[in-house]
Amino acid sequence: MSGPSIEAVNLSKRYGSFPALSNLSLKIEGSKCVGFLGPNGAGKTTTLKIFTDMIRASEGKALINGIDVHLNKKKALSSVGSLIESPEIYPSLTPREALSMVSDIRGLPRAEKRKKIEEVVSEVKMEEWLDKKVGKFSKGMKQRINIAAALLSDPDVFLLDEPTTGLDPRGMAEVRDIVKSLKTRNRLIFMSSHLLNEVQDVCDEVAMIDHGKLLVYDSLSNVTSRASSDGGNIVEIELLRDIDERTVNDDIASLANVSSAERPDPRKIRIHFSGGVQNQERLLLDLANLKIGMISFHPSASALEDTYLRLIKDTL
Amino acid sequence: MSKLPGKSLPTPGSRVLPTSVSQVGTITKYELLNYFRSRRFFILLAIGLIISGLLTALVAYYGVSNVAPCLPSMCSSPPLAFYSFWWGSSITFVIVLSGIFFGGDAISGEFQNKTGYFLVANPLRRSSIYIGKWLGALTASLMVLAIYAAITVGNGLYYFGANVPYQFAESLSFSILYLIAVLGFTFFFSSLFKSSSMSILVTAILFLFAFSLIQLIVSGLAQIEPWFIITYGSGIIGNVLMDTYPTTQPIRGPGGRDSTTFAATIPEGIVILVAYFFATAILGLVLFERKEFT
Repeated sequence: MSGPSIEAVNLSKRYGSFPALSNLSLKIEGSKCVGFLGPNGAGKTTTLKIFTDMIRASEGKALINGIDVHLNKKKALSSVGSLIESPEIYPSLTPREALSMVSDIRGLPRAEKRKKIEEVVSEVKMEEWLDKKVGKFSKGMKQRINIAAALLSDPDVFLLDEPTTGLDPRGMAEVRDIVKSLKTRNRLIFMSSHLLNEVQDVCDEVAMIDHGKLLVYDSLSNVTSRASSDGGNIVEIELLRDIDERTVNDDIASLANVSSAERPDPRKIRIHFSGGVQNQERLLLDLANLKIGMISFHPSASALEDTYLRLIKDTL
Repeated sequence: MSKLPGKSLPTPGSRVLPTSVSQVGTITKYELLNYFRSRRFFILLAIGLIISGLLTALVAYYGVSNVAPCLPSMCSSPPLAFYSFWWGSSITFVIVLSGIFFGGDAISGEFQNKTGYFLVANPLRRSSIYIGKWLGALTASLMVLAIYAAITVGNGLYYFGANVPYQFAESLSFSILYLIAVLGFTFFFSSLFKSSSMSILVTAILFLFAFSLIQLIVSGLAQIEPWFIITYGSGIIGNVLMDTYPTTQPIRGPGGRDSTTFAATIPEGIVILVAYFFATAILGLVLFERKEFT
């Protein structure tokens, strides 16, 4: 096996006659972050709960690194760090004790345990609270400890259910940084979220689900290209200094593969272009050569939103 | 934001985990820590100490021969009468309280408080969680039981010297067996409900009122031996401390009405308690294995 993987094979879950999940088939492999999007009740959390054996599938299989979670939970979850529905920690325990319990369950060597706990607690900026009782913590603080617990055994698959829930803006940014740093270390992150900007910021691929059915699973650029009526992509760039209309209309709009360019404000440009990631790379180089003071270049968040709204609306 | 140190990963799925037995030990350890920290253990201990204190004061005030009389025609051993009065009359209540305190919400609390979400998504079997928590409850209960037994024996030593009747050791063994059965039963009810208060309430009502009432109705009115009731089996704890072990026998009641009094023999009592433990513990485990964290 080449890298971490998760796979849903015809996964279904029914509650009585209500289908929470219908024949979901999805295979994700390798080091990447996949955003799992969908409205409330779409089946996101149900999917993640089946992958962690918190609920059983009515039909189908959930495989992690090729191992059936329900048949061999212990082995399948040995390489998984998860955060499902903001778990509560025994209020009488301290983060050090709660994380020590997880370390013991996961078999971290005694010699490394203390160092590792301090490392992950530092990662979520909770060092000062390491020996205080969890019962006194706010929701956001508990969520940070939950994230620390997911990081503790250095797993290669992360299943995160709205990980920034309950966090303040700074905490949300820190979690996004953690996810980005995981991507650079050959980890697979499958993350549900309602925050499209967050997914846009940290994820490489997107899976959208509604009414328990998978609507799309593709790279972020391919998904966002669906928002454009001409089938192209949209990128937004931010500038260090003001740019004039003439440069946008003449210089930028005439670049290779660019179909149109607009200037929503003097320091922002929204560019429609055709083609895939190769053309996106070419566009980035061309824009850099123009020396217009570009400080950021990213696929349009509104493009993802447009695609999301169109796909979800189509299934209503 | 500091970055976690990067390192190469082992082949996916190849991580070495502790054995399930070791994971059971981990759950037991932190369950006990949770009992101590949440003061639950100390509240039960305080109740045990209050009961012991009241009995100590009662015996000291009225005199041991008055509260636990041993008439020559009916009783051959004053120490046995004392242990029967003290241990035989109160230990089942302490055991039932232990079951309610430590077992009542042991499983249902994991659902209601969402603490189960922190545990269950880890690589360990649900049976390890169930058994670990059960062992934690048993250990905490045994500590309370041991302290209660020590106070009983302490009083016995004061009044009768080192003359501790062997029947007390038997009664203590049966008490531990009853505790095991009660915890099996309370864990079963705890697995049945997702609400902590519901599981605690049902367990308390059953053990403090319902079983005694059913036993009374079944044996007294219907004249059927209540072998299917756990509290009937637990009768061996007190019966073994009696000078003459009671037996099932016909009696003539008021108005010349014939009836039968029932008493489980020691083998019957042991079978009832063991059967209750296995049946309820296995059912509880199956329920917990199948229950979903929705």
